[in-house]
Amino acid sequence: MKEMLIILFSAILVDNYVLSKFIGICPFLGVSKNLKTAMGMSMAVIFVLTLSTAITWPIYNFLLDPFGLGYLQIVIFILVIAALVQIIETFLKKSVPPLYRALGIYLPLITTNCAVLAVTLMNIEQSYTFIQSIFYSLGVGFGFMLALFLFAGVRSKVDYADVPKFMKGLPITLVSASLVSLSFFGFKGLIEHLFS
Amino acid sequence: MAPRKKVPLIQEFTKGFVHENPVLRLILGTCPTLAVTTSVKNAIGMGVAVIFVLVGSNVVISSLRKIIPDKVRIPAFITVIAGFVTLVQLLMQAYVPALNDALGIFLPLITVNCIILARAEMFASKNAVLPSLIDGLGMGAGYTAAVFCMSTLREVLGNGTFMDIPLPALRAGGYFEPMLILVLAPGGFFVFGIMVGLAQKLSEQMSKKGVPAPDLCAGAINDNTACLLCGGCSLGRGPAGETAMDRMARQADERAESRKETTDSPGRNDKGGSNA
Repeated sequence: MKEMLIILFSAILVDNYVLSKFIGICPFLGVSKNLKTAMGMSMAVIFVLTLSTAITWPIYNFLLDPFGLGYLQIVIFILVIAALVQIIETFLKKSVPPLYRALGIYLPLITTNCAVLAVTLMNIEQSYTFIQSIFYSLGVGFGFMLALFLFAGVRSKVDYADVPKFMKGLPITLVSASLVSLSFFGFKGLIEHLFS
Repeated sequence: MAPRKKVPLIQEFTKGFVHENPVLRLILGTCPTLAVTTSVKNAIGMGVAVIFVLVGSNVVISSLRKIIPDKVRIPAFITVIAGFVTLVQLLMQAYVPALNDALGIFLPLITVNCIILARAEMFASKNAVLPSLIDGLGMGAGYTAAVFCMSTLREVLGNGTFMDIPLPALRAGGYFEPMLILVLAPGGFFVFGIMVGLAQKLSEQMSKKGVPAPDLCAGAINDNTACLLCGGCSLGRGPAGETAMDRMARQADERAESRKETTDSPGRNDKGGSNA
């Protein structure tokens, strides 16, 4: 259990995908304007990340690897993710309309969210077991959510700041992202002390 | 989807450098850009990989553009791109294993790099093979130029080296103390922010001199396509700085509102909104 917690918390705080690994920057910049869209997007990401891990891990370990087809993993994974997102969308629309209303518009965006493909590939690269992979993808999802929420708060203040004209808009947003990312350095080394 | 005007091939090539630079002006493919620019060597390696995949996929997609059905075009494009990415990965593993290790997860992530998908959707799927090839080369070269500049700044100022060659004047004891923060994650965001600002300024000045302003939003074809491609377009180009993402969220809200009003009509007001 301790090992699972270490995987979970290091994915959330230390190796935060957005702020220290630079994965999933587009949605991070795109939907952090207000808390509501940030919430919807991160919920959808957590949902799809966990599900796609649950599907791609068995595909790799029981289908591709035993037959020596490991080199096909990129093609297979991206197609599985694309199909999965489509299936989830159709399923939610028919069966769970409230959830569809909350997540619906974010789902199509997720196919090309690099965090999803990155997590499924990382699980294989780190040779995690199935349970470890699930915890890892949950950690990445919650880390994404945390970064998005913190940044949405910072961004609402940046809008009122008086910045040089050429830095207005995206450039100043990136510079403030740099400061948020700097604050995450505070978590370096946390994991060893937390669970030792 | 107006037919494109005849553009000289050389212009297809040069537009990728400043005016329509994929990284600094179109803000595509941000993730690998930030991640690989810690050293000039990695940046060049990534640039070459992107050029290869971009040219390959542009040529294949443009030659298949009449065969691929419109409805499944995005999955078809992704499959083609993933094929080329696998090719690059296998080649790099075989011939430059050190570079392969340094790029790590970002090599397979070229698959979902929006530069390539956006070029496939915007250009290759509606142009002949030769212009698509040139477009791929130009965009790839523009990408490489941008990551080269960024990585030079970060490596020289952050580490005191260039292409792993130490620069004594910039090392401890020289004129300047290297700022390690620039090679770390926050420095990536910072340098990128400054460079996007400068490119914005430069492009504005070019527009004043009569170079027509480029159509920046990749979603020009269809309001939401490009933003679907990029997993959330980060540029507010709608009225009042609204991104396509914001607009979609607002429209969904409005739809939910109108639905509520119809279900709240007399006779069904005990359980508003829920339908079995």
